[in-house]
Amino acid sequence: MHNLAFDIAHLLAGGLVLISFMMLYQDRLYALLNIFALHAVVLALSVAWQAFVQNAPHLYVTAVIALVFKAIVIPVALHRIVKQLGIHRDIENAVGIGPTMLAGMGLVALSMVLMLRVTGAADPLAREDLAFALSVVLLGLLVMVTRRNAVSQVVGFMSLENGLVLAATGAKGMPLVVEISVAFSILIAFIVIGVFLFRIRERFDTVDVGALDEFRGERR
Amino acid sequence: MIPAVTQQVWCVAALLGTTALAIATSRSRRSTAIVYGATFAISLVALAGALFSLISHASATELILPIGLPWLGSHFRLDALAAFFLAVVNLGGAAASLYGLGYGNHEPAPQRILPFFPAFLAGMNLVVLADDAFTYLLCWEFMSLASWALVMAHHREADNARAGYVYLVMASFGTLALLLAFGLMAGAGGSYSFAAIRSAQHAPREAALVLGLMLLGAGSKAGLVPLHVWLPLAHPAAPSHVSALMSGVMTKVAIYGFIRVVFDLLGPPSWSAGVAVLALGGATAVMGILYALMENDLKRLLAYSTIENIGVIFASLGLALAFQANGLGLAAALAFTAALFHVLNHSFFKSLLFFGAGAVLTSTGERDMEKLGGLIHRMPLTSFVFLVGCVAISALPPFNGFVSEWLMFQAVLQSPDLPQWLLKIMVPAVGALLALAAALAAACFVKAFGITFLGRARSPAAQAAGEVDRYSLAAMLSLAALCFLAGILPGVVIDALSPVAQAMIGHRMPVQANDPWLSIVPIEESRSSYNGLLVFVFITAAASLAVYFIHRFASRAIRRGPAWGCGFADPTPAAQYSGASFVQPIRRVFGTLVFQAREHVDMPAPGELRPARFRVDMHDLVWERLYTPVTEVVWFLADRLNQLQFLTIRRYLSLVFATLVTLLLALAIWS
Repeated sequence: MHNLAFDIAHLLAGGLVLISFMMLYQDRLYALLNIFALHAVVLALSVAWQAFVQNAPHLYVTAVIALVFKAIVIPVALHRIVKQLGIHRDIENAVGIGPTMLAGMGLVALSMVLMLRVTGAADPLAREDLAFALSVVLLGLLVMVTRRNAVSQVVGFMSLENGLVLAATGAKGMPLVVEISVAFSILIAFIVIGVFLFRIRERFDTVDVGALDEFRGERR
Repeated sequence: MIPAVTQQVWCVAALLGTTALAIATSRSRRSTAIVYGATFAISLVALAGALFSLISHASATELILPIGLPWLGSHFRLDALAAFFLAVVNLGGAAASLYGLGYGNHEPAPQRILPFFPAFLAGMNLVVLADDAFTYLLCWEFMSLASWALVMAHHREADNARAGYVYLVMASFGTLALLLAFGLMAGAGGSYSFAAIRSAQHAPREAALVLGLMLLGAGSKAGLVPLHVWLPLAHPAAPSHVSALMSGVMTKVAIYGFIRVVFDLLGPPSWSAGVAVLALGGATAVMGILYALMENDLKRLLAYSTIENIGVIFASLGLALAFQANGLGLAAALAFTAALFHVLNHSFFKSLLFFGAGAVLTSTGERDMEKLGGLIHRMPLTSFVFLVGCVAISALPPFNGFVSEWLMFQAVLQSPDLPQWLLKIMVPAVGALLALAAALAAACFVKAFGITFLGRARSPAAQAAGEVDRYSLAAMLSLAALCFLAGILPGVVIDALSPVAQAMIGHRMPVQANDPWLSIVPIEESRSSYNGLLVFVFITAAASLAVYFIHRFASRAIRRGPAWGCGFADPTPAAQYSGASFVQPIRRVFGTLVFQAREHVDMPAPGELRPARFRVDMHDLVWERLYTPVTEVVWFLADRLNQLQFLTIRRYLSLVFATLVTLLLALAIWS
């Protein structure tokens, strides 16, 4: 049973990393949002599995929060935003897909090497989870860095946060209050970012963050 | 019975309450009288408490308040050393408050000073009372900031803003050094209470590092060369009673910090620590007084003279360290007592002199000595007390300055007992430096008094000067009386200091109270002794006799005025001996090397009608060789880093990302 539990947790966390890679590869906004929803679903599954394995019912709450907010509310809201802004075109990648994927692989390797070494004494389940979580966080950051569109930067930020939740559930004994407060702070961050998106759009007629730099009189 | 430390903390709370009162009454015209009256009363109470616990040899009392860091709290402790320095702080505070009662009325914007004055006093009290590193540093910063606000009180005057800026930079630097020093002492375990630091073992290298950091941290506040640069800028910029506090008292709080760490917390010293402190002290003493001699601004001159006295005190402390490291307890106690005695003396006469300079400033509006002169006729009482201060700071008997410097030289004369050859050679050399500094100090204060108060008025303002108010005079007269009393009754002071020496050094000077005729005997009767009262009686008798004979025989004789008026043929007072001309010989001897002083004479050719010109170029080498390069490097780097302000959002994110990945990589490679 224990081996099976470990394998399934491993599979789900690994799936999360794989979906992060898909996010890196995607260059269309709607597709990116769909993949982000998938990311959140897998996260919710993973958290629920952890809840089952660790016998920690409060983690189910976290899973439900992830499923409702991140897999449904936020992607739907972002869909509407994209539609209203009328920016369902290609994402302008600042860096080409090939180098981005290579960099992503490097980051995953780095987090594996690091986490497996640093957490040598920890429970193997938590170790793997932490290593995958760090990969997801780094890949989320990479998405933010390599995209020019503000919406895709938001998606990168949200997937980064998914990595944090994965890490938090992997470590036993995380209080529910912390998770809920993290979830809500993310929600508030999302609202604030959403409002800002519209403000930027109103003012500059685009959500390409390059426009902000032009406005400040800076060269790219 | 409330423990002594609790009483002192209540006094501090009362001072902080006075700050609130000052803010509340800032619109009232009586605010000045209320605030200074309150600080005067509180300082007297705190002074009485501190003196009582010093003289009654009370054991240390402690107090822990549940404020500050949650797991640490705030520890306060009153032992002999703290009691002595509290006495110094509160005596200075009481005198400055009394002086402020009169002086504060001339203040154009009192609400810029009144709230910070009690806060500054409270900060100094708290630093002395603090018994853990966190409280100490917090109170130290509080003291620095309060005094900075006072320096900036007249912020519209030229150069005051720069003075405040330099002060702020140096104070932050000093606190950084202190922070590192306490961090080192607390060690990895991180127990910040002084009791834990005291009981811990400190490795020699760590102790040396802490000593260096304390010299930087406490030294920058006290004014050790080359960290002294802020002192002559900031001390004169503040109102005069605050200058007196900063120069006479705050520098002593810095010395308290040094003594607390080096003699108390760090455990037994090594003799090389003594070498470093001695060398710095000697250099500071000579450099400080040379700067003071070249100065023509009265308050800046006093600030530079503070640097000299700090050098003297540090040299004594260095001697004490050297003796203690070699197990010569009695000599160490002698040097240590001399240092503390000089701390006390300097707080007396430097406060007195700054009050005098403030009195001159209020009645003439001038700080430049070259525009003063002849004030002895218009401000007789002020000139009398200023003269007392000058004589005392010049270390002339029968005043107090002589006693502490004499004790210090008695300690220097013990140097043949030291086993290390370096110290054997160095201590007499530093002694010679200190003797030079003492002689130059006498010259400096002959200049300060002579040019300011004697001769004829050099400006209409000095011509129209009048005596200052009663409160200022009372403050100055009481300090002058203290200078005199400490000079003729030194045994009382030495005996009062004995518990401090006993606690810090483990030895004390012989009891002086039993010596006949109020003599003091530092080591033993056959080697040396001094009797201030006898010297005083002798000086008075000899001077009275001389005056009598001159008036009896010389003045009564008929004299006819010479035809050419004794150099007073020229009617303009500008032709008098000036401060610059007084120091010209000294400038030629020392200034050529130390200040790169060059004299340029521009003599017109015969027949030309333009006037001859004489110009002296002087350079402050510490500024030019040390501070200017450092500021240039900082500016260069700041200019480079400035570009970071104008990156795109994505670049900022990339910077964060790159930093994170680099740190992770470093962890992956080295963990």
